Amino acid sequence: MPKWYTPVAIACGLMFVASPLLIANAPYEATMGLVQKIFYYHMPSAVMFLVAAIVCGIASARYLFGGSPHQDRVAWAAAELAVLFGIITLVTGPLWARKAWGVWWQWDVRLTSSLMGWMVAVAYLLVRRYGGPGSDKLAAGLALFGMANVPFIYISVNYWRTIHPATSVVPTLPVSMGLPLWFCLTAFVLLFVLLLKLRIYLEEERARLDALYLSIEE
Amino acid sequence: MLQAIWLIVRKDLTVEVRSREIAYTTLFFAVSCVLNFAFALVREGRPPQDGAAGILWISIAFAGTLALGRTFERERQSETLRALLLAPTARPAVYVGKLLGIIALLIVAEAILVPLVSLLFQAPLLAHPFWLLAVVLTGTIGFSAVGTLFAAMLVRARSRDVLLPVLLYPITVPVIIAGVRGTAALLQPEVDLGVVRFWVALLVSFDVVFVTLALWTFEPLMTD
Amino acid sequence: MKTLRSIVAAVLLLVGCVTPAVARQSADSSQPQPQPQSQSQKTEQQNAFIPIEQLPPQEQLPAARLLIAAYVFVLAALFLYVVSVSRRVGAVRREVQRLEADLKRTGRA
Repeated sequence: MPKWYTPVAIACGLMFVASPLLIANAPYEATMGLVQKIFYYHMPSAVMFLVAAIVCGIASARYLFGGSPHQDRVAWAAAELAVLFGIITLVTGPLWARKAWGVWWQWDVRLTSSLMGWMVAVAYLLVRRYGGPGSDKLAAGLALFGMANVPFIYISVNYWRTIHPATSVVPTLPVSMGLPLWFCLTAFVLLFVLLLKLRIYLEEERARLDALYLSIEE
Repeated sequence: MLQAIWLIVRKDLTVEVRSREIAYTTLFFAVSCVLNFAFALVREGRPPQDGAAGILWISIAFAGTLALGRTFERERQSETLRALLLAPTARPAVYVGKLLGIIALLIVAEAILVPLVSLLFQAPLLAHPFWLLAVVLTGTIGFSAVGTLFAAMLVRARSRDVLLPVLLYPITVPVIIAGVRGTAALLQPEVDLGVVRFWVALLVSFDVVFVTLALWTFEPLMTD
Repeated sequence: MKTLRSIVAAVLLLVGCVTPAVARQSADSSQPQPQPQSQSQKTEQQNAFIPIEQLPPQEQLPAARLLIAAYVFVLAALFLYVVSVSRRVGAVRREVQRLEADLKRTGRA
């Protein structure tokens, strides 16, 4: 693991430890009260879900058209992180919604397209695991189509009548709410980078193992 | 390149006309699918409200998946896909040729499905035939564009029968949703053509994105 | 597979913890609230405890339960993922070491 890994991991850990303090000091939202504070983890994990999908898509395109195995590893790692952050988003969201909207789930555009994007990420992992030979290219193709979904998820709230808060909420946050949000977002970005590197390292070790096996067979 | 596309379509058409295997089995499956829905959901002659649009598109999706699987299974068994790829035709031509074949097959299936659903679920689907054609056609193109690409990719994969739906359905959900909403808009007592136009426009944009992506990725995906 | 298993197990565990609590809370809130104690009954209360079925509204904290469940889930999911990756890395490393030891033993034959 590279030299920057441990210091960044420590910084990230400290940020996560400090985040509840910042969140507790943030003001309550007028209509949603205490439960709105889920926002400070829900929104960054949603952002990281979309970022992971984009990273997976770009790495898949580079793998398909360039053939570099490193890009393939990045794509697989990013897909796993998309599943992880996706499930965090899809669980914290309904927990918030139960109190704020009165229902666990709604089949509106933002939620449905996020769920479908998450299922594409799960399908990617299934293909990598069970697809047999050639599954790396297959999954790369899938990831490209999944990435096309991402802008749709993001802008969908602005064009459809939906119960989910629109993208105008974050830019217009007061500083008292904006500060904890950006703090948590930074922590999540660092976490994403750390986890991505860790997962890529796993693939690199696996590649080393495969090379060893191949050298034995010769 | 157009000639190559036409040759591929003609080849598929000739094989199909001689055996009619895929056409008959897909049609039968589509009809039995709709009948299953009818048995399950129509109570005392009263169909569920607004059920027709969803049932139509689910049947199209199921029948399409079956047709895709069978078409490429046939290619796999005769190793014709490899022959096609080895031939000096542009790769996109192979994709477009297969795509047109699948779309033609699905249109034949829909020609039977639409009146059947209309009858069994008492839905006036044929009230605005031009708009219905627009919705169904654009939806079929979108679904087939993604389906042809994934089915071709899966020809050499393991567990291909299970993986095709696993890959296909999450990606085509936007197309199915738009198709269902567009069809449902046409079934309203007072049809708002603006809404229908919106869904058709959305389907067209999906078609453009999917076909472009598929053409772009077909070559690297099919090379070993 | 292990990743998905651990994530699913975490989700199931937390849903299993959250659901009964939330179900209880929503059942509470759907029933009529008890009337507040009047002044004349206050002296009685000093003599004997009077049980009530559920807490009055200001004592109920469904939001806190949901909030805590959300944060616990986030941390649990992240933790389980890190554990999953570490275990996989450990397994691969052990395999590599074993192979390299074998190769050294047989003199890279």
